[in-house]
Amino acid sequence: MSAPTDRHEHHDHDHPHRHPPRADSDDRLGYYQLMEIAVRELLTEKGIITQEDVRRAIETMDARTPAHGALIVARAWVDSAYKARLLRDADTAIGEVGVAQGAYKLIVVENTQHLHNLVVCTLCSCYPRFVLGLPPDWYKSRAYRSRAVREPRAVLREFGTIVPDDVEVRVHDSTADMRYLVLPERPGGTSGMSEAALAELVTRDSMIGVARARDPA
Amino acid sequence: MSEADALAPRFRPGDPVRVRRADPPGHLRTPWYIRGRSGVIERLCGAYANPEELAFNRPGYPRQPLYRVRFRQPELWPDYSGAASDTVEVEIYQHWLEPGIKP
Repeated sequence: MSAPTDRHEHHDHDHPHRHPPRADSDDRLGYYQLMEIAVRELLTEKGIITQEDVRRAIETMDARTPAHGALIVARAWVDSAYKARLLRDADTAIGEVGVAQGAYKLIVVENTQHLHNLVVCTLCSCYPRFVLGLPPDWYKSRAYRSRAVREPRAVLREFGTIVPDDVEVRVHDSTADMRYLVLPERPGGTSGMSEAALAELVTRDSMIGVARARDPA
Repeated sequence: MSEADALAPRFRPGDPVRVRRADPPGHLRTPWYIRGRSGVIERLCGAYANPEELAFNRPGYPRQPLYRVRFRQPELWPDYSGAASDTVEVEIYQHWLEPGIKP
């Protein structure tokens, strides 16, 4: 690697000049960042928790990914009896594919040729983290949260998802104690594919409802 | 009052309901856009501690029946641009619901 320099070349002009350095974003803590550190240090000083507990908790949170949701969807695609159990009592059914229950009750909603489901939390950013991991930033944005209930079809179009007018768009506003997972439609041309291969087609966005599952390669 | 105490459900799936048009102070889980609007009970989700009490570190008992209520989009937004059959489902605690008029 070459030594850092403040002289460099641009594609459209090559005069040497200085650019102001980009400021680090971690040199000043916000109110809540400071509060978090203060509370964490107090709790560890008093021996209530250890730094190892905190690290482990973050590790557990990071281990939850949309791959969990994809296992659930793929099983429902290949096993109609499982799908029926999943739609009736999702918390119990997700255990069958090895996904642990979350702190909130899960409701799975099924997309069909007549119905397209979309999930939002207009009040904050409720999200089924135990099956999808951390929410994408846009899910927490004011624009998505307000527009998903006000003009869902326009939002879907911006994600490249065109829903015909004779298909009902149903928006689920997770305002309280339930969390929602969309069961996308199984793409065509996938008969005979293994459950593991099918799971590869199930994206995070398709389980939020802003997109369809991927077509097979 | 203990955790076991829950109010009896007043509504059943298919019942028409109207969301109270109210603006009490405090922490509310009833979005503004459905207040005063009419919908239909989709399902009873169970009974949960009242979040308006939980927010102030009180136990929230008796637990409130929680419903999913289905609204037709044109009922919420008179100028809704999508299909008239489009819907929104929102979780609403029983104390925010009053009986609606059968269509």
